[in-house]
Amino acid sequence: MMDHPTRIDLIRNIERALRDESLQRQMGKAMPASRRARADAAAELPEWESLRSTAAGIKDHVLANLEKYLRQLESQVSALGGTVHWASDAAEARAIITDLARSRGVRRIVKSKSMTTEEIFLNPALEAAGASVVETDLGEYVVQLAGERPSHLIAPVVHKPTEEIADLFVKKLGVPRYERPEELARVAREVLRAEFLAAEMGITGVNFAIAESGTLVIVENEGNARLTTTRPRIHMAVMGVEKVLPHLADLSVFLRILARSGTGQRSSVYVSLLTGPRRAGETDGPEELHLIILDNGRRRLLADPDLRGALRCIRCGACQNECPVYQHAGGHAYGSVYAGPIGAVLTPAYEGLERARDLPFASTLCRACADVCPVKIDLPGMLVELRARAVRTGLVSWRDRMLLGAWTFFTGSPARFMLAGSLGRLAQRLVARGGKIERLPYPLSGWTAHRAAPVLASTPFRTWWKSRQGEGR
Amino acid sequence: MKPVALFVTCLVDQLYPNVGEASVRVLERAGCTVAFFEEQTCCGQAAFNNGFQEEARVLARRFLDVFAHAPAIVAPSGSCADMVREWYPHLFRDTPALLNLARSIASRTYELSEYLVRVLGVTDLGARFPATVTYHPSCHGLRGLGLRDEPLGLLRAVRDLRLVELPAAEQCCGFGGFFSIKFAALSGAMLSAKLDTIEASGAEVVTATDVSCLMHISGGLSRRGSRVRALHLAEILAGS
Repeated sequence: MMDHPTRIDLIRNIERALRDESLQRQMGKAMPASRRARADAAAELPEWESLRSTAAGIKDHVLANLEKYLRQLESQVSALGGTVHWASDAAEARAIITDLARSRGVRRIVKSKSMTTEEIFLNPALEAAGASVVETDLGEYVVQLAGERPSHLIAPVVHKPTEEIADLFVKKLGVPRYERPEELARVAREVLRAEFLAAEMGITGVNFAIAESGTLVIVENEGNARLTTTRPRIHMAVMGVEKVLPHLADLSVFLRILARSGTGQRSSVYVSLLTGPRRAGETDGPEELHLIILDNGRRRLLADPDLRGALRCIRCGACQNECPVYQHAGGHAYGSVYAGPIGAVLTPAYEGLERARDLPFASTLCRACADVCPVKIDLPGMLVELRARAVRTGLVSWRDRMLLGAWTFFTGSPARFMLAGSLGRLAQRLVARGGKIERLPYPLSGWTAHRAAPVLASTPFRTWWKSRQGEGR
Repeated sequence: MKPVALFVTCLVDQLYPNVGEASVRVLERAGCTVAFFEEQTCCGQAAFNNGFQEEARVLARRFLDVFAHAPAIVAPSGSCADMVREWYPHLFRDTPALLNLARSIASRTYELSEYLVRVLGVTDLGARFPATVTYHPSCHGLRGLGLRDEPLGLLRAVRDLRLVELPAAEQCCGFGGFFSIKFAALSGAMLSAKLDTIEASGAEVVTATDVSCLMHISGGLSRRGSRVRALHLAEILAGS
């Protein structure tokens, strides 16, 4: 299976998103609300900044001792009766899960809370193996019905207006047209309830895995992860290697920052701590618990000192809500499972800079993402680093090279700089009208497509300065 | 008298010399003696931000040489000051011979309003500017240098100036240097949102600490046929 075939044409994707009026309206409604919620929730805690530092510190400690904590996690989970599988890439993870489903005769699967399974393109593989897979998070369920992929880390369907969801339900579920979100949720709940009861396997992600106790932690608001992990006979949990935490006590730090950063809640509605499969004498819980620990490019990222910090990410989505580019582009424009500023770092790191070469450039470096990141990932610094790598490896366009080459040449000395000014003043006689320029030629035409350009001043500052000195000032 | 070296920035030099002139007047009014080193050109931010780090290093190297002995370096630009402060030490992290100079220069470089308020402790420059004004906090000044109250305090002290709030002020205007050309349509969409808030504020003048954002904003205002003018903070502070 070809997971990542072609180059992501981000610029064209964004231009398409900008023309999509329904998307623009929807994002314009949803994003400011998310930003306000986060800001209010963070402002409530006087210790917010120190929590961020503590969280970043714990993550860095984990990353510096990753193999040790993963081994500890493995031995704890195994001791509890669970099975740990190691997957080095997406294909291996898919093979482990599909083989297991096949060997256990699994035909119906429910899923909850997992971007990692999106990352490994799990659903098509399971369907090819003869199993039905149903997403049970409301947003993910909608996305699945629509034949799309999530567009946001925690709000997978943020791109879709309610009216479109109403139409989708009519078309796909054959129900009357309901418009209120609660009614739509009720319809989905009825469908999903039957799925929960029939499923033989539940697949989830993992928000945090505690090394010392072998506990898997799942944070959610809908309660469906609880059903997914307890009702089916088999629970299959999929986590990236970076999700491990040393101690149960560390969890309190992350639970406080995760919900506040993601949705602005003080706490999420449900936090499930799953420690092993059902034990003898227990009345619920899965008979089998499988944990897949996935690498898929993460250890390569870990070995990269400039980008390693991206592995601190706890998938809260705050950077997406805050990013003005994401706000206009929507998640799908990024052409990969991870969108927004964190996606612009992770996608090149996981899938290769060649395919994702434009992503690190899709930022004004306004730093809003870094300001809100609860684990203090230096996203702007990483974007700049990835840009430098794109330049070094010849992945930037001829136009960009020409523009920047000319810029650095002409600013290389005062003489060249003044020469450029003089040439520019001559050239602008052809295009300037009334003190501005309405139309610049390629390669600067993009500028005047959206705004007038200024004209070079008749007297540069340094000329003024010289004459002022001459006047004996 | 406090001696300062003005880093006028490349855009100000060629496109907005009046901002440089205003900066000189403001600094002199605040009791500084201003020097202008004619060997200066560009801080290298444009190259650096776009991944051309070798080229940025060459320009940064020139900056270090030019300003090596300046007691304080003041720029009418939050983003250029931030470039020097935040990224010069990074650019020379593997060059021990230059790292110390880069760090020292970084510690002596200020954005204009930052220098006036934080270093000189001046907020009232005796300026008069009869207009309704709104302030757009440029990202690098705001988040890089942490400038929040400094420009606002300076504006509040201006006679006859009515300061009005800019809705969603902290949203980026969408300039981003070459971003505005590479992602032209997106930059235009971000600009359009910013212009909506500027017009909604009821201001006659929008001001900021960076001519780069203002160039983008004023180009958009002009295209819209708006009557709102875009002026650099220094131009307002130099008013009398």
